[in-house]
Amino acid sequence: MNWLKIFYNRKLRNKIHHSWMWISLGIVFVLPMSLFIGLMWKSAILLNQQSVFDLLFSSEWKPMAGKFGYLTFIVSSVWVTMIALLIAGPVCLLTAIHLTQYAKSWVLKIMAPVIDILAGLPSVIFGVWGILFVIPLLANHIGPFFGKSVSGYSILAGAIVLSIMIIPFILNILIEIFQTVPKELSEASLALGATRWQTIKFVLLKKSSAGIVSAFGLGMSRAFGETIAVLMVVGNVVHLPSGVFQPGYPLPSLIANNYGEMLSIPMYDSALMFSALLLFVIVLIFNAISRLIILRSSH
Amino acid sequence: MHNSVIDIEHLNLFYGKQHILKDINISIPAKRITVILGPSGCGKTTLLRSLNRLTELDASVKMSGKILLNGQDLLSSKEDVTTIRKKMGLLAQRPYPLPMSIYNNVAYGLRISGRRKKKFLNNRVEYYLRQTNLWEEVKDRLREPAATLSIGQQQRLCLARGLAVDPQIILADEPTSALDPHSSRMIEEKFAELKNNYTIVLVTHILRQARNIADHVIFMYMGQVVEQADARDFFENPQEQRTKAYLQGQFY
Repeated sequence: MNWLKIFYNRKLRNKIHHSWMWISLGIVFVLPMSLFIGLMWKSAILLNQQSVFDLLFSSEWKPMAGKFGYLTFIVSSVWVTMIALLIAGPVCLLTAIHLTQYAKSWVLKIMAPVIDILAGLPSVIFGVWGILFVIPLLANHIGPFFGKSVSGYSILAGAIVLSIMIIPFILNILIEIFQTVPKELSEASLALGATRWQTIKFVLLKKSSAGIVSAFGLGMSRAFGETIAVLMVVGNVVHLPSGVFQPGYPLPSLIANNYGEMLSIPMYDSALMFSALLLFVIVLIFNAISRLIILRSSH
Repeated sequence: MHNSVIDIEHLNLFYGKQHILKDINISIPAKRITVILGPSGCGKTTLLRSLNRLTELDASVKMSGKILLNGQDLLSSKEDVTTIRKKMGLLAQRPYPLPMSIYNNVAYGLRISGRRKKKFLNNRVEYYLRQTNLWEEVKDRLREPAATLSIGQQQRLCLARGLAVDPQIILADEPTSALDPHSSRMIEEKFAELKNNYTIVLVTHILRQARNIADHVIFMYMGQVVEQADARDFFENPQEQRTKAYLQGQFY
C-alpha cells in the first residue's frame, strides 16, 4: 500500500479526527479538575494546621505569627460583588428591555457594537477610570454628602468600577435571551388587551426568568473573580470593613498583591493557594445555584 | 346581506415601500363565519392583523383608509388600543400558550383588566374551558404549565383564553395549520357553534375548510380583494375569472 492511499483512507482519517476530538474534550475536562486538585494539594499544608472554620470566620491576618483569618477578604469580596450586582442588575434589565421591546431596530444596531467594545476593554482601563473619576467623586462629593470624610478608596469605589465592567457582559446575555422570546407570544398577550408593560412583566420577564437568573449568576461569578480594576480602587487594607466607604481587600487582590513576595514566610504560599481555592469554590457555588434555578424553572 | 360588524373602506397598507394591501373594501357580517381565502402571500394574514392593530407594532408599517367597527373607525379612534383589542380574540397559526399555568392562561385576560376575585375567576375559567371542551381533560391539572398540553389542547386553550375577555369578534389565522386532523375538526366544529354568539373571521388557504364552515367568503389575490360573496354563491357561482381558476385548483 502506498503512502498516498493511506493518506486518503477515509476510515483512518475518521479515526484520527475522532481521537483529536477526544483529546480536546479531555483537555477541557481535565484542566479545571487538575486546577482544583492542585489547589487542594497546595492548601493542604495550611488546612492540616488550622481548622477551616477558624480560617473562614477569623479576621486575624498575621502571616508572621502564622495566623491566617480570611474573613476580611471574604467579606470584602462579597460586599464588592453584591453592591456591583445591585447597581448593574437594574441598569442591565431596563436597558435590555428598552433595546429589545421599545427601541427602533437601528438603535440596537448602533448599541450592539458599543456594548461589545465596552465588554472588550482591558480591565486596567476601568481601574484608571476609577482612580481618575470615581475616587474623586466619592472623596469630594458623595462622602461629604453623607457627612463623612473619606479617601475614596473603598468598597463602594470597587463596586462602582466593577458594576460598569459587568454591565456589558450581563447586558449582552439579557438581550440575547429577550430576543429568543417569540414575537407571537407577546402578540398573544397584547391581543388579549394587555398593555406593553403588562406584557413585559407577565410574559417576557416570566418566560426568560431562568435566563435572567443565569445572566446575573454569570455576571456575579465574573465580578467575584475580577482582579486588577478592583485592586486599583478598593484600598487594600487588611481590616474588616464595616461600611461601604471603608477600604476593603477582596480575595483576588490578596493573591495578586502578594504572590511571589514574602514567600519565605512559612505557610504563606499555602495560605495564598487556599484563598485561590476559596475563590474557585465560591464561583463554583454561584454557578451551581444559578444552574439549579434554571433547572427548576424549566420544569 | 346581514348586518355588518366590520366595514373596511379603502384600506391601504405599506410595509416599507412594499404595497401589501391595495384598496381593500369589505364588509364582515355579524354572527357569521367569514373566511378570508387566498394563496399564501396574498396579504390575508396582514388584513386580519390590521383588524386588531397588531400591524402597528412594526414601525415600518404605514396604513391609510378606514376600518369601521360598529361604525366607529379603529384607525383614527381615540379609544385606547387595548380596549379595541379586547373586542377581538386572536387565534394564531400555532398555539402560543403564555408561560404560566393552564388556569392562569385563561384568567390572564381577566386579571390584566382588573378582575381579581377568586370566585369570579374560578367560575369564568371553568366556563371557558367547558366552552372549548377542555374542562374534562384538564380539570385535575389546572396548576400545571400550559406547555405540558398537547398542541391540539394548547390551541383550544388559546381559544378559551381569547373568549375569556368576552370579545365580540374572533380572529383566527389559519388556526388548524399546526394541528392533527382530529383537533382541526374539533376547532372547526367549535367555530360552527360559536358563530351563534360571535362574529368569526377566519383566514385559511384550505379550500375544504372554507367550504365546510364559511358563511361568507372574501377571496384575496396579490393584496387585492378579488371577490366577496355569500359562501353558496361564491363556491357555486363565482363571478371572477381568477376565483374560478383558484377553485379549480389552478393555483394555490
